[in-house]
Amino acid sequence: MNTNLELNINNGIANIKGPLNLVSGKTLNNYQLKYETYGSLNKEKNNAVLICHALSGNHHAAGTYKGETKPGWWDNMIGPNKPINTNNLFVVCLNNLGGCHGSTGPVSIDSSTNKTYGSEFPIITVNDWVTSQKELMEYLNIPYWQFVVGGSLGGMQSFQWALQYPSLIKNSIIIAAAPKLTAQNIAFNEVARQAIMKDPNWHNGNYIEKGVNPDQGLALARMLGHITYLSDDSMKEKFGRDLQESKLKFNFDVEFQIESYLRYQGEKFVTGFDANTYLLMTKCLDYFDPIKDLGETLNDRLKNSKCRFLVLSFTSDWRFPPNRSREIVKILLNNNTNVSYAKIKSNGGHDAFLMENKDYFDVMRCFIKGSKHNEG
Amino acid sequence: MRVRGDLALISSWITSNSKVLDLGCGDGKLLKLLKKEKNVQGYGVDSDIDKVKSSLDNDINVLQLDLDDDLSQFDANSFDYVVLAQSLQEIKRPRNLIKEMLRIGDEIIVSFPNMGHWSSRVQLLFKGIMPITKNLPFKWDETPNIHLCTIKDFIEFCNKNDFEIIEQLITDENQKCGFLTKFFPNFFGQVATYRIK
Repeated sequence: MNTNLELNINNGIANIKGPLNLVSGKTLNNYQLKYETYGSLNKEKNNAVLICHALSGNHHAAGTYKGETKPGWWDNMIGPNKPINTNNLFVVCLNNLGGCHGSTGPVSIDSSTNKTYGSEFPIITVNDWVTSQKELMEYLNIPYWQFVVGGSLGGMQSFQWALQYPSLIKNSIIIAAAPKLTAQNIAFNEVARQAIMKDPNWHNGNYIEKGVNPDQGLALARMLGHITYLSDDSMKEKFGRDLQESKLKFNFDVEFQIESYLRYQGEKFVTGFDANTYLLMTKCLDYFDPIKDLGETLNDRLKNSKCRFLVLSFTSDWRFPPNRSREIVKILLNNNTNVSYAKIKSNGGHDAFLMENKDYFDVMRCFIKGSKHNEG
Repeated sequence: MRVRGDLALISSWITSNSKVLDLGCGDGKLLKLLKKEKNVQGYGVDSDIDKVKSSLDNDINVLQLDLDDDLSQFDANSFDYVVLAQSLQEIKRPRNLIKEMLRIGDEIIVSFPNMGHWSSRVQLLFKGIMPITKNLPFKWDETPNIHLCTIKDFIEFCNKNDFEIIEQLITDENQKCGFLTKFFPNFFGQVATYRIK
């Protein structure tokens, strides 16, 4: 675990003046981005790293807050002498726009109505996120990112950065991601959304005004999501068919340990997450399709790009399996960009990108070290 | 940097600023050389994660793919050169692989250790054991090599499959070509390297 002193953990809120013209056609006039930083920006300002979070992540990626026991969500990856080494890198992680951990999102007050946004918060795309992340970069006086790193939906942001601002990113690390969702991926998201929107406490998304929460629906959505993050093998290993008690009860109580685990995950999730944000994040995933959005210009952007890419996948990931990562590799190869790809052996499923794994971390270290050759 | 003889030779066949795919790239030595001396846009392929790490250490683009199964990843004619340096003997389906290489590259370069070399023949004939040589240092039960061949075998294989050999270079144990390798290649040649179209 990182100690906060070594990590040089700092956080703040960036007030960004808009208007931010969103892909949907709507605009956000002013917005806040909650962020956290680790390490320090060097004199040359060439060591900044942007960490992009996935569906349920936030700005707290590393270190442990005073009085808490649980570290940030990527504490094993980020810190002194860790693969993303804060002894020489300046790491920035933010809560994305539309989030519910301090950045402007559905739980914020809309200054034009003085009411919480709720379901009125506009749909955000990965493209919009990257635009807002560039505003944060400028706010922090960072000229460009040496690395943009993310897993899953975070990996998509890293890819989008390389396409949207090719001159402002030197290295893109894209982990357990895909260039777009399949029908199956969208189907899972839709079931998650339906679970939330069918909750009696949903109130068309304006549940905060009513003083309630669609907890049942959100917990169900999380349970479903969680199944897709694990692999069959890891579930077998962790739970098997083990029972909570010694014998079957012949009723519908929690009996198998996997049931208890999923319910616990769902219940835990609802205490810290907003249902409207969850819907937004799933839409963000569904809409991501830079190949279609950029068409021919995608090739132009990549052809002139000096960005180095590392694409990583995990053998047991069935949400974004290795062949999906290889679709990204193919696009990059066809445009002669510097790209490397590794398929890491792991039975951790999609969540493997958050777990410690020697091969995974070695590859990260080797690639990050290699970026030094490209300086200047 | 000391360069393995067959790699220097392969490098001499590759034109500057070209796009090169190196199959079974190991630690990326060939591409490192080509990048430095020929300014190529190079990509290595290796299925072994440890080789992937060493290639990354050498700042080489490397893709962890299986040579027998994953080459459909590459578009037709997307590379100037596709190289297979001393890995042919580890391939499950050599004919398919050469076909795939020809599909992907304008020209391909293949090198392999010659099983017809006198030292292999002597070991089998007089010692009665499976040959163990500098290029093939494994005992029979530990070797990854499943498709060893001689120069004669390879030429027949190319003829049969309409793989057009445009140049061959046979070197001895000192990585030199001489009188003996020229006139008795299958007996004195240790490594054979071919340009094929």
